[in-house]
Amino acid sequence: MGKLDGKVAFITGAARGQGRSHAVRLAQEGADVIAVDICKQIASVSYPMSTSEDLAQTVKEVEALDRRIVATEADVRDREALQAAYDAGVAELGVADIVLANAGIAPMSMEVKPNEWQDVIDVNLTGVYNTVEVTKPSMVERGQGGAIVLTSSTAGINGIGGGAPGGLGYTAAKHGVVGLMRSYANLLAQHRIRVNTVHPTGVNTPMVVNDVMQEFLAADPQMSQAMANALPVDMVEPVDISNAILWLVSDDARYVTGVTLPVDAGFTNKK
Amino acid sequence: MGRVEGKVAFITGAARGQGRSHAVRLAEEGADIIAVDICGQIDSVPFPMSTPEDLAQTVKEVEALDRRIVAAEADVRDYGALKQALDEGVAQLGRLDIVSANAGICSYGRLEELPEKAWQDTIDVNLTGVWHACKAAIPHLKAGGAGGSIVITSSGAGLMAMENIGHYVSAKHGLIGLMRTLALELAPDSIRVNAICPTTVNTPMIHNEPSYRLFRPDLESPTVDDLTEPLLGLNALPVKWVEPRDISNALLFLASDEARYITGVPLPVDAGCVTK
Repeated sequence: MGKLDGKVAFITGAARGQGRSHAVRLAQEGADVIAVDICKQIASVSYPMSTSEDLAQTVKEVEALDRRIVATEADVRDREALQAAYDAGVAELGVADIVLANAGIAPMSMEVKPNEWQDVIDVNLTGVYNTVEVTKPSMVERGQGGAIVLTSSTAGINGIGGGAPGGLGYTAAKHGVVGLMRSYANLLAQHRIRVNTVHPTGVNTPMVVNDVMQEFLAADPQMSQAMANALPVDMVEPVDISNAILWLVSDDARYVTGVTLPVDAGFTNKK
Repeated sequence: MGRVEGKVAFITGAARGQGRSHAVRLAEEGADIIAVDICGQIDSVPFPMSTPEDLAQTVKEVEALDRRIVAAEADVRDYGALKQALDEGVAQLGRLDIVSANAGICSYGRLEELPEKAWQDTIDVNLTGVWHACKAAIPHLKAGGAGGSIVITSSGAGLMAMENIGHYVSAKHGLIGLMRTLALELAPDSIRVNAICPTTVNTPMIHNEPSYRLFRPDLESPTVDDLTEPLLGLNALPVKWVEPRDISNALLFLASDEARYITGVPLPVDAGCVTK
């Protein structure tokens, strides 16, 4: 008996990294998954983004758990495409009980790229807004509550990320996600839909563990210090974020809403 | 395999209410329990506090789960007695992994009128008593060499102002500072420290006439039915209160390895009360 038997989870950025981990962890607890990912490069992002093969791997891992998954390539910036991807999943699996707005980019590198501010705001903030907006009406209409988790960051509570446009945009977007969460928590409480954020420190994923990001972090001593955790651990694993999300979306947290939950090895508290 | 299998948890205020629920929930998931409670009255508290029979009931419920429990009557204000109770429990159960600093009291009054004794008792139990529990536990946690998890019971009133319980608000805010500092000091030893901030919980601490009057000062003898509107008004989710088990589930999560990298966090379990 899983904690999420019979539930459906809509997950953005599900091709790899945290998103894939969430899909697998929730499927282990009985959930079916509607997965979307861009599976394409965005020009201002210097590290390799997800591929179609990545998303296929997520599908394989969820199906290996005997759960169903409907996966679609869609860009969270494109409301219509995102709606179509969600609707396709609903047609097969039913309305989402759980929504994980996880897709995000980190356009930080040694050289400023055109449009990095706008891209990170579009994906990390507007993409989160779009994700809630495409799912909300069906959840409200069904009237059985639900749980939404928005993936923010330690950069959603602290002024870190550096002074380049992409870093500033990242921090601004991740802070903005907290505002979205609080408003949605208040707006959707009457429908018993809970909304919370998670705030990871550095996570062992392709977004962080790549040459571009490591060069960027190493170049600025202030930056690497800004990444130092209180607990003696350099990074946390994707499953640690998945476990926090699993708790938040399960009935164990049925009265938890409007909460910013750091999973940050004490990083924020150390500031 | 339970989520805290083989671990030992120290719980203050374990005779009833949230504390008993924590003992039972952790025992369900495989933990042995060291339980303490004052089992007596404090004069400034306007409702009946726990009794030896309450603590005996906690023992019974934990033992019914085939877990071990060492229970002692001790006042968290008395560091020596508290330490002795804990040391005895660790001696019997062999280790310490989890601390639930849960014991707390409440009384009512506006700050300009509050008797000094009510202020002092509440600070002594709700703030100093929590520090005592942590101070007594830290050497045992360190001695285990495997880290540990301390969970402090603060309150929604640890994050926001509430009228007529200013001493309680002050103590519960103080717990956030205590939690944050302990989290920093103990991080190198992989001992995590977090606080839970509940909204109103369905326990004996709220089900008494003085508490009811806090919510309905306009009525002479309010009953629980008179509370529906003000209680709903506190929360964003359409519930009057949460159950002790909801707080226990948060405690269990924070105490387990599922939260192995969560520390220094005030975690509201508050039906959206603070965000509202």
